[in-house]
Amino acid sequence: MAGLRQIAFYGKGGIGKSTTSQNTLAALAEMGQRILIVGCDPKADSTRLILHAKAQDTILSLAAEAGSVEDLELDDVMKTGYKDIRCVESGGPEPGVGCAGRGVITSINFLEENGAYEGIDYVSYDVLGDVVCGGFAMPIRENKAQEIYIVMSGEMMAMYAANNISKGILKYANSGGVRLGGLVCNERQTDKELELADALAKKLGTRLIHFVPRDNVVQHAELRRMTVLEYAPDSKQADEYRALAGKIHANAGKGVIPTPITMDELEELLMEHGLMKAVDESIVGKTAAEMTSAA
Amino acid sequence: MSLTAEEVKARNKDLIDEVLKAYPEKTAKKRTKHLGTFDEGNPDCGVKSNIKSIPGVMTIRGCAYAGSKGVVWGPIKDMVHISHGPVGCGQYSWGSRRNYYVGTTGVDSFVTMQFTSDFQEKDIVFGGDKKLSKIIDEIQVLFPLNKGISIQSECPIGLIGDDIEAVSKVKGKEYGKTIVPVRCEGFRGVSQSLGHHIANDAIRDWVFDKAPTQTQTFQSTPYDVAIIGDYNIGGDAWSSRILLEEMGLRVIAQWSGDGSLAELEATPKAKLNVLHCYRSMNYISRHMEEKYGIPWVEYNFFGPTKIEDSLRRIAGHFDDRIKDGAERVIAKYRPLMDAVIAKYKPRLQGRKVMLFVGGLRPRHVIGAYEDLGMEVVGTGYEFGHNDDYQRTTHYVKDGTLIYDDVTGYEFERFVEKVQPDLVGSGIKEKYVFQKMGVPFRQMHSWDYSGPYHGYDGFAIFARDMDMAINAPVWGLTKAPWK
Repeated sequence: MAGLRQIAFYGKGGIGKSTTSQNTLAALAEMGQRILIVGCDPKADSTRLILHAKAQDTILSLAAEAGSVEDLELDDVMKTGYKDIRCVESGGPEPGVGCAGRGVITSINFLEENGAYEGIDYVSYDVLGDVVCGGFAMPIRENKAQEIYIVMSGEMMAMYAANNISKGILKYANSGGVRLGGLVCNERQTDKELELADALAKKLGTRLIHFVPRDNVVQHAELRRMTVLEYAPDSKQADEYRALAGKIHANAGKGVIPTPITMDELEELLMEHGLMKAVDESIVGKTAAEMTSAA
Repeated sequence: MSLTAEEVKARNKDLIDEVLKAYPEKTAKKRTKHLGTFDEGNPDCGVKSNIKSIPGVMTIRGCAYAGSKGVVWGPIKDMVHISHGPVGCGQYSWGSRRNYYVGTTGVDSFVTMQFTSDFQEKDIVFGGDKKLSKIIDEIQVLFPLNKGISIQSECPIGLIGDDIEAVSKVKGKEYGKTIVPVRCEGFRGVSQSLGHHIANDAIRDWVFDKAPTQTQTFQSTPYDVAIIGDYNIGGDAWSSRILLEEMGLRVIAQWSGDGSLAELEATPKAKLNVLHCYRSMNYISRHMEEKYGIPWVEYNFFGPTKIEDSLRRIAGHFDDRIKDGAERVIAKYRPLMDAVIAKYKPRLQGRKVMLFVGGLRPRHVIGAYEDLGMEVVGTGYEFGHNDDYQRTTHYVKDGTLIYDDVTGYEFERFVEKVQPDLVGSGIKEKYVFQKMGVPFRQMHSWDYSGPYHGYDGFAIFARDMDMAINAPVWGLTKAPWK
């Protein structure tokens, strides 16, 4: 177990966490690494590109069917996909009921107790958009993920989420030893995106580990429920993911305790790069109609 | 060793100072506000109340679920009360309150049974609403004579946001029965007191406002009253009810000891609500006063002196027929009470009592002790509010030691120093004091005896206190400080 790398991908909802993580992990598998993916999102879409499946049977849905999680065997919940990557999905309730956070805790405990982490080089957690409660922080607590990679873009809210996640990491950094591995910018083609991502990484005390350019081949692969690595292994995009995988592989032990910034500092950052003008306090809270009548 | 009031006050002050010394500074600062001595003429007892207990002090308090399920809803006999959540809350509170009732258990009455949704991990993760629906279906099959169901929320229900209101509405409609969701999650509030309030509000919103039309056929009389806040522990409500009936009143409802859903629904037809436990049911009494114009009057049926006062006060709301009835009842029972007092007062005269209980008892039972020549020298409320401490001033003597939400340490030290002849509190305190060589009576459950309300109850109360204090066993013990 000494060599086991435990990593996790966090980021704002819809930023491309699952796509980025699956492509990167596929590239790591190409490098001969033995991989386990633990999906921690009730949507259960963290493994579809590896398994070519719509949605894998989740630990929690199988447990609910069987009666309790104690009635399950590891084989019931673990599937093997591209390059022998092992996949499990935690799953969770339908939106609006129950407690998905508790579901993550239950699932991870089950996997640990049943030896899911034996005989692998990497375990990767793919976690819901934001750390909304203690359950979703489970992967960054003691003895779970050691390095967190935050997937973000040049959009304001993605950067805001990245900063928030850093706060969560900071909280657990001292008690559990979790570290921020770095930022991964998934290009949205916003203004000065690379520059901004780089600046945010510096503010957070980490680095932009890779800038993944936008390429339609990702979408083409997704439609076929495949990673780019599998669908178009010779493409330029596949090489981008290989580069990211190589950097992550070389990043062992280089994680940092992040230095999250305040909302004001974040806005300043945007202003510095000319993306946001200084806020004119006189217009805050004024409707369009009010502005017209005042003019 | 008869001390003057001033000497007692000085001793109490020393005692409180000594007790507070054992605490860290922050705790002492908080607890000092809850400890004091009653000064004659003050509008309250000079202590703060209804404030969060301090971790680590061994408070005697319960939780909101205990207040709703254990106190208010649990005794309603023809409804099934589901403890919604993991099994422990329902299981470990099962059958602990001795709410007597008439009925066939498991057929038309369910008080001594325990129903729970027995949450498992998957119910937390996926929500318990489906399981709750299923339980309600099963209850209809297994216990078709139930008149309705209440859903008593345990803590996890509030955490996972289970929509028990939606289930209640759907199932209530499906079966044409009253199904009441109660949001009494244990983490709400500082004690069981908030649970009483939440339970009262649930009756208002889900029983009164949705009462079926059969109450329209209810035949009123000018003498209809409802007993509010008597949980029929050991038969208390019965020994109270007969007195009201003997004086010519008609009792149309008992809240909630030996009570039924139909009685709850009919209560807005009462001419007067007679309120025993103010703390747990003043909310619904005030609501009925505002909405239906029903006046309410507090009464106290512990001991002949207070019973006589109360019968006259209740009769004061009615015509001469009832007033005469009250006098007739008082006259009828007085010789019996005189006989009880003649028998026990010589054995109990001058004995000192310290109390620590819930609800109304820290003040209400004082009169009964005084009828026996005894003196209450210390008292306090588990979960009282300031209005309880105001009402207490009518009962206690100058210099009475007052301790709100007493801690295990404080109570032991107080008893050790004050050396009362009797302590009245709960099961958790009983053996501590008996081992100290102090006679004890459980005053939550009447120590498996009762009733203590009414004239019948007083005879039993007097016997029990004599039995506790004058048991020969105390002559065989040797307290370490003696």
